[in-house]
Amino acid sequence: MSGNATGTGPLLEVEGLHVHFPVHGGILRHVVGWVKAVDGVSFAVRPGETLGLVGESGSGKTTVGRAIINLLRPTVPGVRLSGAIRFASEGGVVDVNGLDRAAMHPVRAEISMVFQDPYSSLNPRMTVEQIVGGPLRIHARLTKAEIRERVLALLDRVGLQPQYASRYPHEFSGGQRQRIGIARALATRPKLVVADEPVSALDVSVRSQVINLMQELQEEFGLTYLFVAHDLSVVHHISDRIAVMYLGSLCEIGTAAQVYGDPVHPYAKALLSAVPQPDPHRRRSDRIRLQGDIPTPLRKPSGCGFRTRCPLAKPSCAEKVPELRDVGGGRLVACPEV
Amino acid sequence: MSEPLLRVVDLQTWFQVSGMTAKAVSGVSLEVRAGEVLGIVGESGSGKSVTALSFIRLIPDPPGRIVAGEVWFKGRDLLKLPWDEVRKVRGREIGMIFQEPMTSLNPVFTIGMQVMEPLLFHYDLSRDEAWERAVQALDGVGIPDARARMGDYPHQFSGGMRQRVMIAMAMICDPAILIADEPTTALDVTIQAQVMELMLDLHRRRDGAAVVLITHDLAVIAETCSRVLVMYGGKVQEEAEVVELFERPLHPYTKGLMDSIPHVQDKGKRLATIRGNVPSIFDLPEGCKFCTRCPVVEPRCWTEEPPLREVAPGHRVRCHLVPGTPA
Repeated sequence: MSGNATGTGPLLEVEGLHVHFPVHGGILRHVVGWVKAVDGVSFAVRPGETLGLVGESGSGKTTVGRAIINLLRPTVPGVRLSGAIRFASEGGVVDVNGLDRAAMHPVRAEISMVFQDPYSSLNPRMTVEQIVGGPLRIHARLTKAEIRERVLALLDRVGLQPQYASRYPHEFSGGQRQRIGIARALATRPKLVVADEPVSALDVSVRSQVINLMQELQEEFGLTYLFVAHDLSVVHHISDRIAVMYLGSLCEIGTAAQVYGDPVHPYAKALLSAVPQPDPHRRRSDRIRLQGDIPTPLRKPSGCGFRTRCPLAKPSCAEKVPELRDVGGGRLVACPEV
Repeated sequence: MSEPLLRVVDLQTWFQVSGMTAKAVSGVSLEVRAGEVLGIVGESGSGKSVTALSFIRLIPDPPGRIVAGEVWFKGRDLLKLPWDEVRKVRGREIGMIFQEPMTSLNPVFTIGMQVMEPLLFHYDLSRDEAWERAVQALDGVGIPDARARMGDYPHQFSGGMRQRVMIAMAMICDPAILIADEPTTALDVTIQAQVMELMLDLHRRRDGAAVVLITHDLAVIAETCSRVLVMYGGKVQEEAEVVELFERPLHPYTKGLMDSIPHVQDKGKRLATIRGNVPSIFDLPEGCKFCTRCPVVEPRCWTEEPPLREVAPGHRVRCHLVPGTPA
């Protein structure tokens, strides 16, 4: 995949990403197995677009996000990562996956992250000013006064009053904390924001405020989002394109209208048909019932990961891992049966 | 209309935390009718869970206390019954399913023991009889190879299977009312659909039994409930049949909630929002609980709490600005 409608290359290109976590066992805690959390994932994100990454628990969607900001190696000892994560940074295209700590440092200012839990992702001992100004102290050569000025401008932009700067996270509600997290993510004026379930922990009445804010900021700053979430109606609303993951692999990727309105892959179909609709007249009778549970990524089925629950499964599905292929309209699907 | 299964009158449940009083439920009256699926929808702090827990006095005291109200069930006020009488109702006549199946099952007892327990407590059954009934119950909720799995422990089951076990336990004594508090919130969407269908299927097969479904998700309400209560700030703000509520929401809070759901046709547009944040239950306004965020608020809303008035048959609203009679 290279090039797009605007003639420039993708901002982010993930190719053949594998992330395997070690499983320790026995008295000596040696490695007894590997969890294949991400098992060969490739996709590209174009500048200015929002790519929604959806999947159920264990699908690997969060791990993909963490690999992109290079957060796995420092936090998970012994993790095995392979594949390329090419990011078009200020200084040219770099492979994030191959960068050491020092080389990653300038790139970190250009890729930031918004986390799911607005309660645990903000340091309770730091004031809002310290939290939002943190990335600036690390990345920008600014005086204290300049940092303060930038922090106040950021708070204003995300809808928080300037007097909040000296307060601590526990003084805020969930929605306000998520605004603080967004202000922190934008402090270094990044190009790419990886948002991992940014609105899942919020109440419905506050969720729409945060979604609107994220869309406004995207237009204003020309941001590119990788929006990782499990709530499909929210993902459809905010995304230009949607990628569906199951058990560490991509099943389908296409425009929001293609994937949400008319999914093709049997898993994507089942997932979309399971989404409850807020309309009492449209109670579903055509829901696709999947049998059984999602297998553990520790014992992934051979071949296609979905074959144990797939209504179209054939013996040949156990032999080969299906590759993404173009089924028309730019939509890619990893299933030979459709 | 026949006598409701359960009738709650002016329930008040308060919590005392570090010298402050939180009126989690402040004056809720409702009915649960035979055969219906009653939805209670609300956000965090609305009082929806505390309301349902108060029915069977599952409020931890301290810090919580049911300070007033009546809960009439089969001619008795459950709030006035002696403790051991309440225990006979709980689990046998009113069953409960909680949100988190991992924390509501005991990790050191086998699944079989836990599913049998309500039978042994409430009925004069031998262990062998209870064992057989438990196997049937697990089989009935779709646990594959139920007999063999009776000896397994909760951690050996997946989240969806644990929630099935919870349903089997809650239904094993054939209760008249099943209270389900966010039963699928912790589950993945495909598993959520399976569990919800199972619950409704079991409900349909039992004549005259009722389900009280507590959720924050309006889409789940739309798909499953027959009647809905919308709660905010410890009070019922609106009550209606499900179709009526979705077609003609009247309370500004209900309207705001409905509008903030993303709809397919509105993609790309800004979502409608409710301004401000959910107020702390320690700091609720004196008048209408929604006045701090209401788009059509008037001066009297700040000081004078509107009553819950019937504006159409079965449709009740707590708002000064909704006319008393339907147009």
